[in-house]
Amino acid sequence: MNLLYFMYMEYLAKYNIPKLFGDITFYIIPFCIIALALLIIVLILVLAERKLLGYFTQRKGPNRVGYWGILQTLADAIKLLCKENITPKGVDRFLFNLAPVLVFVPTFAALGIIPYCAEFTFVNTSTNVILYLILAAFPILSIFLGGWASNNKYSLMGAMRSIAQVISYELPVTFVLLSIVVLSSSTNLTGITLAQYSRAGFAGWFIFPCIIGFVVMFVSILAELNRCPFDLPEAESELICGYNTEYSGMRFAIFYLSEYAMLFANSMFLAILFLGGYLSPFGGYISHILLGDSYLASILVYFEQVFWLFLKSALLIFIIIWIRATLPRLASFDLLKFSWSILLPVSIVNLLLVVLIKFGGLL
Amino acid sequence: MTITTFKLNLGPQHPSTHGVLRLILELEGEKILSCEPDVGYLHRGMEKMAERMSYIQYLPLVDRIDYLAGFFYSELYCRIVEKALNIELSQRVKFIRVIMLELNRIASHLLWIGAFLMDLGAISPYFYAFREREMILRYFEKLTGQRMMYNYFVFGGIRRDIGYIEDIEEILKILPVKLNDYERIITENPIFISRTKGKGILTKYTALNYSITGVNLRASGISYDVRNTDYLYEGLKYKPVVLYSCDAWARYKARILEIRESVTLIKQVIEYLKSCSPTEQKPISPLNLKLPEGNYYGEIEAPRGMASCYVESVGEDRPYRLKWRTGSYYSVNLLRKLLVGNYLNDAIAIAGSLDIILPEVDK
Repeated sequence: MNLLYFMYMEYLAKYNIPKLFGDITFYIIPFCIIALALLIIVLILVLAERKLLGYFTQRKGPNRVGYWGILQTLADAIKLLCKENITPKGVDRFLFNLAPVLVFVPTFAALGIIPYCAEFTFVNTSTNVILYLILAAFPILSIFLGGWASNNKYSLMGAMRSIAQVISYELPVTFVLLSIVVLSSSTNLTGITLAQYSRAGFAGWFIFPCIIGFVVMFVSILAELNRCPFDLPEAESELICGYNTEYSGMRFAIFYLSEYAMLFANSMFLAILFLGGYLSPFGGYISHILLGDSYLASILVYFEQVFWLFLKSALLIFIIIWIRATLPRLASFDLLKFSWSILLPVSIVNLLLVVLIKFGGLL
Repeated sequence: MTITTFKLNLGPQHPSTHGVLRLILELEGEKILSCEPDVGYLHRGMEKMAERMSYIQYLPLVDRIDYLAGFFYSELYCRIVEKALNIELSQRVKFIRVIMLELNRIASHLLWIGAFLMDLGAISPYFYAFREREMILRYFEKLTGQRMMYNYFVFGGIRRDIGYIEDIEEILKILPVKLNDYERIITENPIFISRTKGKGILTKYTALNYSITGVNLRASGISYDVRNTDYLYEGLKYKPVVLYSCDAWARYKARILEIRESVTLIKQVIEYLKSCSPTEQKPISPLNLKLPEGNYYGEIEAPRGMASCYVESVGEDRPYRLKWRTGSYYSVNLLRKLLVGNYLNDAIAIAGSLDIILPEVDK
């Protein structure tokens, strides 16, 4: 962060712009970039999911709007924008409107604490991991709010299910995070990333000592994101989309978008914890290998780091979509049983194993 | 503590009621205390219409009683008229009818597999099953000109001779391979097993009490199949599928096995058809067709249980009274008993496993 900060300040000083302006804009400008990038990424993700699901199920997916269906999500977004926002009778108007607004806040905040490259994190506190843990569970609150305010039995049941789900799946996540903290001796995401560095590239990633933790975390994140096979809160064949049954138009679109934004954020988080975050899988960065130690390479390396992080999370997202195409939904009872009787004990055992590996001299 | 219950309207516009079934559920949380099926949203007056139409006028409507298994009702109706007029079918016509019935049974079961898995939240099997069903429907379209409402059987014969036997052979070659694929993705899937094993247990006693027939009965351990005594199937080797675990899983497995059994049946028939010469049997002239006074009854093994038809004639060119008995109607009644005590998402799986088709229920 420091390097970029000083470069920016030097640039402003050239034109005699006060430092205060620089201090403020240094955080605001990148945030606008991220917000824009997020929208584009979400649009791509929605398209990717529909395309991939299409190919998995012997179809072509969207292929009419734009070349290869590229503009399909854009067209859908415009359609949803133009649609009427229906507020049904008997809803709690304030909460009903508040829920879609609130759902985006934690998503953006979560994106703010992710280290995209070596020098760039918006909020680089020393306890990023814990902050993330809170933010990842936060969208559930607005889901609950939406379900509660909707005055619809299906929505209420969906909201109930999502709360039960998150409570039971947050615990295994916490234990896995603890094991990561043990491995890296850091509660900062950049620290965790750097702790995974090794000359041999991917050999240092935490997925190897903590493979059980990775699986537990992956499953729990599926549950937190309400993704298949844990998509109970919005089970369309049972609850008719659950909490967002009554939402239409842009309000629905916001729920929909935030779901994908959260998918993206969570997969990046997984990539940081287990797959070395922005580190290159080959040890050295390609820009350094190709261009040596030139000034251009030192700039390009940041983009390359972002590229690696996005590539890793894209891989995880692909697996998540693949799972959605394959598996049926769990029953709500089995879902809770699975978490409390399998995932939680396994994650605790994983923590013990990791401690043994770290301090027992096995590594 | 007072237990508060609430009523939930499942349907008539609900994605997993397979049409317009309305279930009035009394729930405590997600647990079902009582279930009251409400049918009749698709009532078309099929029985009353028969009294106003001549026999041949009514024939095309009969396919619409069950749009997924039109051949069965067509055959049943033709059978009654033939019985009344003492028309003897040639062996070739009988076997052509067997081919059509069994292909239609396969198509119907395939659609059920897809829809059932959709109820459970798995997307892909739906499209896979439709892909195979499409081959069969294409063949039907080639032969009869229609994909669903065939109007192919006529009194005393068939509308035109069978053709494109190589298409059927192609289907028979592909189908068992694809069924193995389904079994790999569905039958051995632990989530699928946990959703269906031991769920919705239909005991022999209950099944008999509620007049359940067809696959649902055979999955409860009772070997009752109308095909055993059916004159069309004389001379064909056929082993009824009987499973003893009585649960939703057994009902699924029984349908898969039935498809395999149908494949062997069609293979036998095709061998016969190849050996015999295409001697044409002329259908009787439907003009001024009058059934002699009396009452006539016929039954057939439709994909959703035994279907039977009762015609009372007073010697006019139309029935005095006509009554259909369809398998699904009794399955809907069974929901009253089977759903109680289950959780909502199991209820969807159980209702799905009974293979209810609403046009057949409402007629």
